[in-house]
Amino acid sequence: MPTPLVVSEVAKSFTMHLRDGIRLPVMSNVAFSVKAGECVVLGGPSGIGKSSLLKMVYGNYAVDSGQILIEHGGRLLDLAAADPRTILSVRRATLGYVSQFLRTVPRVAAVDVVAEPLAARGVEAAEAKATAEAMLARLNLPRDLWQLPPATFSGGEQQRVNIARGFITDHRILLLDEPTASLDAKNRAVVVEMIAEKKAAGVALLGIFHDEDVREKVADRIVDVSAFSPRKAVA
Amino acid sequence: MSTADLATYNFAYLDEQTKRMIRRAILKAIAIPGYQVPFASREMPMPYGWGTGGVQVTAAILGPKDVLKVIDQGADDTTNAVSIRAFFQKVADVAVTTKTREATIIQTRHRIPEEKLTAGQTLVYQVPIPEPLRFLEPRETETRKMHALEEYGLMHVKLYEDIARNGHIATTYAYPVKVEGRYVMDPSPTPKFDNPKMHMSEALQLFGAGREKRIYAVPPFTEVVSLDFEDHPFEIQTFDRPCALCGAENVYLDEVVLDDKGGRMFVCSDTDHCEERCAGGHRGSLAYDKEAAE
Amino acid sequence: MTDTPLLKVRDISKFYGARIGCQNVSFDLWPGEVLAIVGESGSGKTTLLNCLATRLMPSSGSVEYRMRDGGMRDLSRMSEAERRFLMRTDWGFVHQNPADGLRMAVSAGANVGERLMAVGERHYGNIRETAGNWLGRVEISVDRIDDQPRAFSGGMRQRLQIARNLVTSPRLVFMDEPTGGLDVSVQARLLDLLRGLVQDLGLSAIIVTHDLAVARLLSHRMMVMKDGIVIEQGLTDRVLDDPREAYTQLLVSSILQV
Repeated sequence: MPTPLVVSEVAKSFTMHLRDGIRLPVMSNVAFSVKAGECVVLGGPSGIGKSSLLKMVYGNYAVDSGQILIEHGGRLLDLAAADPRTILSVRRATLGYVSQFLRTVPRVAAVDVVAEPLAARGVEAAEAKATAEAMLARLNLPRDLWQLPPATFSGGEQQRVNIARGFITDHRILLLDEPTASLDAKNRAVVVEMIAEKKAAGVALLGIFHDEDVREKVADRIVDVSAFSPRKAVA
Repeated sequence: MSTADLATYNFAYLDEQTKRMIRRAILKAIAIPGYQVPFASREMPMPYGWGTGGVQVTAAILGPKDVLKVIDQGADDTTNAVSIRAFFQKVADVAVTTKTREATIIQTRHRIPEEKLTAGQTLVYQVPIPEPLRFLEPRETETRKMHALEEYGLMHVKLYEDIARNGHIATTYAYPVKVEGRYVMDPSPTPKFDNPKMHMSEALQLFGAGREKRIYAVPPFTEVVSLDFEDHPFEIQTFDRPCALCGAENVYLDEVVLDDKGGRMFVCSDTDHCEERCAGGHRGSLAYDKEAAE
Repeated sequence: MTDTPLLKVRDISKFYGARIGCQNVSFDLWPGEVLAIVGESGSGKTTLLNCLATRLMPSSGSVEYRMRDGGMRDLSRMSEAERRFLMRTDWGFVHQNPADGLRMAVSAGANVGERLMAVGERHYGNIRETAGNWLGRVEISVDRIDDQPRAFSGGMRQRLQIARNLVTSPRLVFMDEPTGGLDVSVQARLLDLLRGLVQDLGLSAIIVTHDLAVARLLSHRMMVMKDGIVIEQGLTDRVLDDPREAYTQLLVSSILQV
C-alpha cells in the first residue's frame, strides 16, 4: 500500500508577541503516516491540538521543524518547507480539506461554491456544476437553496455545502475536521458512506470526529494526539 | 513735420534679430512636418486673438517683392483682413492683392482659398490653440510626451465621443489631421471642408500661434490625413444648393441673413472666388443683375 | 502553470533623502498569482507598488518582467515609450480614487474604449460593442454607456476603472487600495467582482491594501510591511491564521469581529 502522507518529527509552538512574547509549545515529535485507502482519526481530549495538527498538515499553520511528506504529482515533497505556490498547487491537486466552518464568499451560489474546486482543476463548467448538484442532492440540501449564497444558511446546511465541496474532487489525501458535527443522523450516515467510498477509492483520510458512533464506523486507526502534546509531559 | 523726423519702422515691423529667430523656428517646423516648434513670440501692435502669430510669421518671411493677400473667414474685406493688410502696406510697403492667383503670401484666418494653390505660394494660418490634444489632456507636459511617443489614442476618444453623442463625427472645424504619418496636428479652426486641400498641397503652409508661442508647418507635397473610424469615415460638409451669387457648387458657403423675416441667402465664403466667377459671367439665383437694373 | 515568473523583483529600495520608502524587497510573482501587500499607512506599501509599476524610479534594485514574447526585460532599462506601451496594454493600474484613473469628462464607453483606440482599433462599432460588454461584466448597465463617470456613484466609478484597465486583457494588474473609499456593502460587491474577474481571466495582480479581509478574499500570498521592510510573507491563510511576527499578530488581532 502506498503511503501518500507521512508526518515526522514535527514540532510547533506559538509565540504570543502581544502577551509579552510567551512561547506556547503546542506539539513536538509528531510522527504518524496515513496509507492509501486508510482513515486515520486523531484522538485525544479537546484542546489538545487536533485541529492545529490538521491545519499544519494543510499548510495553514507553519511548523517549527520536521517534515510533512506528501506524494504530489508522482513525487514526494515536504510541505513544511514548500513555498506558497507549491502549497497551493498541492491543495489544488492532491490535498483536500473539509473544515468545521464554511468561510463563505459573498454572492456566490452554493452550487458554484461546491463546483469551484473542480473548475479550478480545469473541469468544464457544465460538468462541474452537474457533479456539484449531484453531491448536494445526495447530502439532502433542499434544491431551492442551491442557487443561493450559503451565508444565510443554517449551520448544518453550511456544513453540507462544505462537505460537498471537499468531497467533490478526487484528491488523494483528504483532511476532515469534524465534518459531521452539526449534522442530523440521516446526513451523518451519508457522510459515513461517502468516507467509505473514498477509502475504497484509495484515498488517504485524516480526520477528527467527536461523534463516537461515526468514529467507530470510519476509523481504521486512532492516533492519540496527546502523545505529541508537551502538556501531557508536564502533567 | 517732415516724414524724416518721424521714427521709422524696420522693414515689416519686426527687428532683424526677431525675424531670424522666427525663421529658424519656421525652418525647424518645415523639417519636422506637423511638429509644434516653440518660439519667442513678440508683442505685436494688436491684441492676441487678432492674428499675432500669423502676422509674425508673415513679417519674418515677407520680402519687398512679395504680393500679399489677407483673408478673414474667406473674405478680403472684413476688419481683421483689412487691418492686417493695411499694417503690412504701412510697415513693409509691399504690394497687396485680393486675387488668390496673384498672391505670393496669403495670410488667412480660418479658410483655405477655393482656388488651388500652386508652387511658390505660402499660406500663413493664424492659430488660436495649436495643441489638438489640449481639450482632453490639459497638461502640457503630458501632451508633449504623447506627441513624442506617438500616443494618439486620445484623439480618437474625442471622435468617439462625437459619434456617441451625435451619431456622426460632429466636429466641423479644427478637425484633427495626421501629418506625414507622424504628428497629429490641429489645422487651426478652418472648416473641415478645407482639410483635403492641405493634402499634397503644392504651396507651403505655415501656422503661427502668437499667444501660445508655437509655429508649425506643412511643407509642399506632404501627406495630410484627417482622422476617422473605419465605419465612420471622414467626410466634408456638402451644401444642398449652389452659391446664390455666382452659382458655384462644391464650395464652402456662408449664410447671410437678409432681413428680419427669416430671409437668408447662401454665398461663397471665398469672396475673391465669387467675384471672379461673377466677372466670368456665372450667375446664381439671387445675383444682382447690373444690366437688368439699368 | 508555467515555470518562469511573470515578475522578478530583486532588492528594491527607495529612499526619500535619508528617509526609507521601502528597503530590500525581493520576490517573484507567478502567472495567475495574486499578491497582497498589507501594512498600515506609511509602511511603504504604496511606494513599493509604484516602484514595481514604474511610476517611481527605485533607488536601487531591479524589476524584471516577462514580456508576451517570453523574454525577461529589466523595466528600468526599457525606453519610456516601451514602458508606457506596456502600461496601457499588458498592465493595468487601479487607483484608490477612481478620478485618478478615469477621464471624468468623457463617457463611460470612451473611458473603456480608450485603450483599444490607443493600440490602433479604428472601428467605432467594434469599440462600442467591446466597451458595452465590459460594462456588463463589471455590472454597469449598458444604457449608461454614454454617461460620464461624474454621474456615477463611487462604486460604479471604481468598477468602470476596472473595466477600463481590463479591456486590453492585461496579464498584470496593480491595485492601490481598490476598495479604499467605498461603503462596506459596495466594497463587498466590488471585491466579489474582482475575485471573479481575477479567477476567470487568470490575472496576476499585486494589491496594496490595509484591509486584511481584502487580502484574505483576493490574494494567494501576502507580504506584511512595516517601516519600509517586508517583515513577514507567505501563503495568505498561513499569515492570517498563524501570524508569526509581533506586528502581524497585532494587525490580525486588531480586526473587529462582527
